[in-house]
Amino acid sequence: MSKLFSDENKAAFTSPLNLNNPIAVQVLGICSALAVTSQLKPAIVMGLSVTVITAFSNVIISLLRKTIPNRIRIIVQLVVVAALVTIVSQLLKAYVYDVSVQLSVYVGLIITNCILMGRLEAFAMQNGPWPSFLDGIGNGLGYAAVLVIVGFFRELFGFGTLLGFQVIPQFMYDAGYTNNGMMVMPAMSLIIVGCVIWAHRAYNKEEK
Amino acid sequence: MNPIKKLFDNIHPYIEEGGKFHAFRSLVDGFETFAFVPNTTSRVGSVNIHDAIDSKRIMSLVVIALIPALLFGMYNVGYQNALATGHLADATFWSMFCYGFLAVLPKIIVSYAVGLGIEFTVAQWKNEEIQEGYLVSGIIIPMIVPVTCPLWMLAIAVAFSVILAKEIFGGTGMNIFNPALITRAFLFFSYPSAMTGDATVWVAQDTIFGLGYQATDAYTAATPLGEAAQAGFAGFAPETIQNAVTGLIPGCIGETSVIAIALGGLLLLWTGIASWKTMLSVFVGGAATGYLMQVLGLTHIQWYEQLVIGGFAFGAVFMATDPVTSCRTECGKYIYGLLIGFIAVLVRVLNPGYPEGMMLAILLMNLFASLIDYCFVQRNINMRAKRATVK
Repeated sequence: MSKLFSDENKAAFTSPLNLNNPIAVQVLGICSALAVTSQLKPAIVMGLSVTVITAFSNVIISLLRKTIPNRIRIIVQLVVVAALVTIVSQLLKAYVYDVSVQLSVYVGLIITNCILMGRLEAFAMQNGPWPSFLDGIGNGLGYAAVLVIVGFFRELFGFGTLLGFQVIPQFMYDAGYTNNGMMVMPAMSLIIVGCVIWAHRAYNKEEK
Repeated sequence: MNPIKKLFDNIHPYIEEGGKFHAFRSLVDGFETFAFVPNTTSRVGSVNIHDAIDSKRIMSLVVIALIPALLFGMYNVGYQNALATGHLADATFWSMFCYGFLAVLPKIIVSYAVGLGIEFTVAQWKNEEIQEGYLVSGIIIPMIVPVTCPLWMLAIAVAFSVILAKEIFGGTGMNIFNPALITRAFLFFSYPSAMTGDATVWVAQDTIFGLGYQATDAYTAATPLGEAAQAGFAGFAPETIQNAVTGLIPGCIGETSVIAIALGGLLLLWTGIASWKTMLSVFVGGAATGYLMQVLGLTHIQWYEQLVIGGFAFGAVFMATDPVTSCRTECGKYIYGLLIGFIAVLVRVLNPGYPEGMMLAILLMNLFASLIDYCFVQRNINMRAKRATVK
């Protein structure tokens, strides 16, 4: 049991959450972070989907890593990821149809998510299934965390709601408050991602 | 001795290192260098000789150049209010001006309070001198928003642009985009209903301290450009163009009067602060594109009308010539200006969603300014290199 949670395994899980965050530090997966975060709910669903897909594709590739011929490894990785993405996409359509409509093509585009390919190449091809699983979960959650932060601000200021519930009270609107239309546009989410990176680097300055 | 100078000399011991009010050092410093030319000159042994005029003096001159347009804008606010409510006959010049003054003053105060507040805080925090760039932005920002723009929106937009368009890049002189235009762009995209449209945006509707007139029904007035953007437009009446030259049309506070802007422009050109190359080429680019559009039958607006309506003149004179965000190379200034004029008219004519293209054109070209400069500098280097080797 102690081997399961050794320091290395713990690091595989925690480092992508903070010091090696896929969005804030490696600046990967930005496109989907801009596209799906106009509201909180799709941002959460997207984050969870990527987490699940990264974790399980990491495990599968890690199990197969010794049998995959080096020259066709990218194709094998893509097949695995595509299969998982299709499963997740069908599940979303079956159980949370409205969100899957909102996410539209971006669920399918998880196949091309740089974080996924990066983890498969950099980690799963060299490590065993259990550390790969933790690494996948960690990276997925690190990605999801930034998505949720961006989605929170965009939905709060762009629509005045959170998860669809009205948060900014009506008397504010009566007093002249207006929702910020720019928050709904992807341009603003790029700025928010920038601010998240700024805050993250300012906070971690001493540790580097 | 000058009493103001005495005041600063008295304050000095308190703000030195270890003094009681050391925390306000940058604030005092800012006001002192604003009031007096600094004592310090270039250091001994330096080969550079500095002009006695520092950037605070330049900024003050730009502010002076803006004053005719600002004063006229105040008058026009009162005039439009009286016109909209049908009281034009019994409103005097002074009552209209005072009304406009009272309507515009809060915007100026908010703009300066928020912008300078952030500047002072950052200067104190980073232990730097206060940068004077906001002096000009602070007066331009109230002039390029509609008179009915709520103050809280203005405050948010100013904070956004000062932090994200300026301080992040390293403060005055380092910014890629013109902060005043970023403020306007933020308002434009964030709160479109308060910034554009033919709703009740362009004309003040309420009385202020008993001055002005309350509009009984919400009076809607589109800017001439806004009207032009709507379908079925056949061309401007001659009076509209006449009014656009004098400035008696609805529009952003400072942008309406071509005459007042021209006065400021002349001062800028005479003192050599603004580049005549940039200014001229913006007008040439706009006129040429306007003519082209007219020949192609895409618009009914005459090419010279493009130059007097909307924010074209204001943008060309005060925004495009911003020394920080425009091109520095002499040839680059022509390209930069021509493209601003070209894009501004192109957006106006071809995109009905944006009746005003000047803001977008200048911001876009701000982005390309350094690239244009790079090309010309590189070309010069290559030319000289060739000359050196051929012999």
